[in-house]
Amino acid sequence: MSELHTKTLSQMLQDLDNKVYSSVELTQHYLDRIERLDPSINSYITVLRDAALSRAASMDTARSKGSHSPLAGIPIAHKDIICTEGVRTSAGSRMLDNFIAPYNATLVEQLNKAGVVTLGKTNMDEFAMGSSNENSYYGPVHNPWQRDRVPGGSSGGSAASMAARLCAGATGTDTGGSIRQPAAFCGITGLKPTYGRVSRWGVIAYASSLDQAGPMAQTAEDTAHLLQAMAGFDPRDSTSINQPVPNYLAQINAPVAGLRIGLCQEYFDAGLDDNIRAAVMTAAKTLESMGAILSEVSLPNTQQAIPAYYVIAPAECSSNLSRYDGVRFGYRCANPESIEDLYKRSRSEGFGREVKSRIMVGTFALSAGYYEAYYRKAQQIRRLISADFTRAFEQVDYILGPTTPSTAFKLGEKLDDQVAMYLQDIYTISVNLAGLPAISLPAGQSQGLPIGLQLIGRHLDEGGLLKVAHNFQQASDWHLRRPDDNQ
Amino acid sequence: MPAITVNQDLVRTIAELSQLNIDAKDIDGYAADMTKVLALVEEMHTVDTVAVVPMSNPTDASQQLRQDEVTEADQRDRYQAIAPETDGGFYLVPRVVD
Repeated sequence: MSELHTKTLSQMLQDLDNKVYSSVELTQHYLDRIERLDPSINSYITVLRDAALSRAASMDTARSKGSHSPLAGIPIAHKDIICTEGVRTSAGSRMLDNFIAPYNATLVEQLNKAGVVTLGKTNMDEFAMGSSNENSYYGPVHNPWQRDRVPGGSSGGSAASMAARLCAGATGTDTGGSIRQPAAFCGITGLKPTYGRVSRWGVIAYASSLDQAGPMAQTAEDTAHLLQAMAGFDPRDSTSINQPVPNYLAQINAPVAGLRIGLCQEYFDAGLDDNIRAAVMTAAKTLESMGAILSEVSLPNTQQAIPAYYVIAPAECSSNLSRYDGVRFGYRCANPESIEDLYKRSRSEGFGREVKSRIMVGTFALSAGYYEAYYRKAQQIRRLISADFTRAFEQVDYILGPTTPSTAFKLGEKLDDQVAMYLQDIYTISVNLAGLPAISLPAGQSQGLPIGLQLIGRHLDEGGLLKVAHNFQQASDWHLRRPDDNQ
Repeated sequence: MPAITVNQDLVRTIAELSQLNIDAKDIDGYAADMTKVLALVEEMHTVDTVAVVPMSNPTDASQQLRQDEVTEADQRDRYQAIAPETDGGFYLVPRVVD
């Protein structure tokens, strides 16, 4: 039983079906690993030991009575930006350190209905603002591959926890790359679904025209299992897409022969690490050897994506985060002298530096005299970026490239250079601006650190992305590698 | 549009609009950070967007509306259980009117 964590989620489902072990044994195994290994990784903010074991026992009972819940007994973790009833949901912020969510997010309800066991809530950059998980009130997360490196962000806790095999799967959110970039840095598979494919009801808002929740797991097949439970229309989310959810697992084994895969020229620019370039090209050749047709495509406005994002996201964050005022929930300053003092001190003491900085930039971009030149301009650029993808998808079915320009950098290395940190998301941000689905999967290593490959698809083609990723994982073993526990 | 250099006065104005207190010792740091971010986004102004329709929703969808029906029961007590300070069903704040 000492190696249960090395199995994939899909293998665990078979083993639970065949009574090789129970969900209680599996859950206990993960809880023991968390207790032993997480002090040096810091991937969890909250561990739900008793609740997880109790839930696992009830899932074992349900299975013994013939339950067919698709994920019955599988232990997962939720990013701490996703509301879980009766459990602290902090968004990595002092502002919500005392916030016990009074309800479950829709995606939590859906995963619960599918039978998952929740091990706990994972660490993250405060309000999902960051690319290194160093902006957390609960301290930085350490990359399980090399503990002096960042795990990426903002879903760094979910990625690190999955990579260290401290859960069988996890949820994350992705506003500018926050599922894919940490998935790449930690050597796991992470999918950012189409904008509106997974309900955001109960997911704490950062930038509402960009935010999307998605699954993180060891393999594409595991990711498909989680997405199957998470996706779907939700009348409580006004941006939710009312389209049927396909059976992702049914199409995952279909061949890639004949599929047209475009290599985006702009994603192989001078800023890309040579080892990543080589690994991504090798992966492309692997897909070509399986019958995929490679060609070059261009997304000419790629360089505009980061500028447009760093107007739109802060503007929307300044609006969304105005709700934190110290009145109804969350942090309240001590002994406020006036209502204005209450607002200002609660916000100033409750938010961290990066969050305050983005609120300030966003407030500036929306202020009188600057709105047209910044916010409106950024939304026009967004249209151009989206049109680039529309044109590219007339030529190809998928766009392939690196997820990140470098492998995981050292803790502290970019903390004093905000712009260098922002440039981490150069290959991921356009996808959010265009609302497209994209997946990051392990495709190599450089100096002991994982390399991520990104595939981008058309709106609602999550199934196709999972199929291409699964095919690649049948021909490679990067997704099976895991860091040494005693790193 | 020329790049904006954020000075101390602008930081104070934006902080006020943002309902944030910025310590005097931190004002220069915020000014420098904001100046760098605004320089980064300046690249946008090299692109001609005169005839381009702004995009606010990435799938160009409009917001779905629900029927105007009550779907949830009153949960005031549950929600106020996590409030900093309440009294008799009201949220308490410092005196607003003398």
